[in-house]
Amino acid sequence: MFQATPLNERNRRIERLVRALFGLMTVVLVVPVLIIFAVLSYNGLPAISLEFLTAAPADQGRAGGIFPAILGTIWLVAVALLASVPLGVAAAIYLSEYAPDNWLTRLINLAIINLAGVPSIVHALFGVGAFVVFAGMGKSILAAGLTLAIMTLPVVIVATKESLQAVPQAFRVACWNMGATRWQTIGKVVLPNSISGILTGVILVVSRTAGETAPIMFTGAVAFLPFLPQSVLDPTMAMAYHLFYISTAATGVPDEIRYGTALVLITMVLLMNGASIAFRARLRGRKKW
Amino acid sequence: MGATHDLDHRGRAWYVDKLVQVVVFAGGISAIVFILGIFFFIFLEGIGFLLGPFQFSDFFGSIAWRPTSREPTYGALALIAGTASVTGLAMVVSVPFSLGAAIFIGEFASGRTRETLKVLIELLAAVPSVVWGFIGLSIMNPLIIRIFDVPVGLGVLNSGIILGLMAAPIMTTIAEDALKAVPTSYREAAEAMGASKWQVIWKVVLPAGKNGLMAAVLLGVGRGFGETMAVLMATGHAINIPTSVFDSVAAITATIAAELGESPVGSDHYRALFTLGILLFLITFVINLAADLAVRGVRGKK
Repeated sequence: MFQATPLNERNRRIERLVRALFGLMTVVLVVPVLIIFAVLSYNGLPAISLEFLTAAPADQGRAGGIFPAILGTIWLVAVALLASVPLGVAAAIYLSEYAPDNWLTRLINLAIINLAGVPSIVHALFGVGAFVVFAGMGKSILAAGLTLAIMTLPVVIVATKESLQAVPQAFRVACWNMGATRWQTIGKVVLPNSISGILTGVILVVSRTAGETAPIMFTGAVAFLPFLPQSVLDPTMAMAYHLFYISTAATGVPDEIRYGTALVLITMVLLMNGASIAFRARLRGRKKW
Repeated sequence: MGATHDLDHRGRAWYVDKLVQVVVFAGGISAIVFILGIFFFIFLEGIGFLLGPFQFSDFFGSIAWRPTSREPTYGALALIAGTASVTGLAMVVSVPFSLGAAIFIGEFASGRTRETLKVLIELLAAVPSVVWGFIGLSIMNPLIIRIFDVPVGLGVLNSGIILGLMAAPIMTTIAEDALKAVPTSYREAAEAMGASKWQVIWKVVLPAGKNGLMAAVLLGVGRGFGETMAVLMATGHAINIPTSVFDSVAAITATIAAELGESPVGSDHYRALFTLGILLFLITFVINLAADLAVRGVRGKK
């Protein structure tokens, strides 16, 4: 019925061209992550063995395994989460459930944005100044964990706030009408309905925390430790810092061990991240409201 | 008497409620406390340098960063040039691709393709910076040496590409959000006038979302600016004003990371590194503020 005019033809050709161009740009961006994982796997898999994962490094990292580094990363993540999750969830509850629309709330939001934008090395300087030197914690799991906690606090706050706000207002109103206080409403209705979303955010924070190097290198991570950390006041080895050390400062470390360490680190981080993404996708499909 | 007592509902629940309100308020203002705390502590450690050996013209005008020589000089110009050159190249590489990807994901792709691409972009953002640095050292370095036949593959090019890939996810995500925020009615109106999809994007969506796109680019710059480990490992870390993309440079962040461990607490060198930290903090603060204002500009107009 309608004949395409030459102008239409031209427009359609431009559209196809643009689509192909932008599609190609997207592919160029996402392909590296696949290539990286493939190359790290290809070069690193030969190093991975039960012994590699459970033994201590020997000969300045030229042989042996990475167990103390894995354990150290778990320590650091645990301390960081213990500090950042309660604080971040409290902050998110305030912003989502209590905060009036005023200058203070705007200032808090601005502070969160800036906290997320502060370079990791500046967080490291803060950690040195505040925790290692001023609070006298020395280079320790505690100092490094707290530095990581402050760095990842914005992620906890933003993720929690989003899942709290996803709970329909009608749920709260219904609860208030029954005579419940604000906190009863939050504790019995809002939090139970958003807990999976909060967990998704927490998993994401674990992944982010495990990969950080700069904030821990002066606050708690050391290249080698003759013993496993006994308390949070001990320094520790950590995966990210270990990878940095064996690929720069240490000499004569076999490529296999370097790639193997990088592969273990990136697998830990991507698995966590993937779990968070999958969890979120399932939640979205299950929402009843 | 009894009546007033009955009207007073302040039971246990009431007090718990008030207590919680105080606790979450404390959590809420913690972000402000930490930002001020960060500024306070890096200033506290850096003030001794600012009041002592610091000279504005030397710091910003000299390339001689020799904090450990017998007569130490603290010229940060080469470090600033290092950061600027690496971030600049990263943006040249990354901005077109990120905005292109945002347009493709937001306007062209749909369903499964769109979800897959978004997940891959998210995974790209998850790669730790020390792994990027490792890739720069172990994969990109030999590759650049072979392709361009240069003696060293660590430098502006290497770290620029890596930083570009690192900054791309945040730019793509924020830019896509900005495109999504453009009301559907705008598109429908343009389509009803007979505009093709590309005309809609070019003449309607992009102009309407331009503040958000600007914010995306600013946040990308901030990300590149503050990156530490990848830049430390992939630039070759040599203090130098770059004249070609193959030159090694030293970035501000990387210098702090490389030297803090060997400078005694409280020394001039240590304080000078904290002064670099103050500089970084102030610049990223301004960038984030600008990005926030750009986004708010959009909201204000609606």
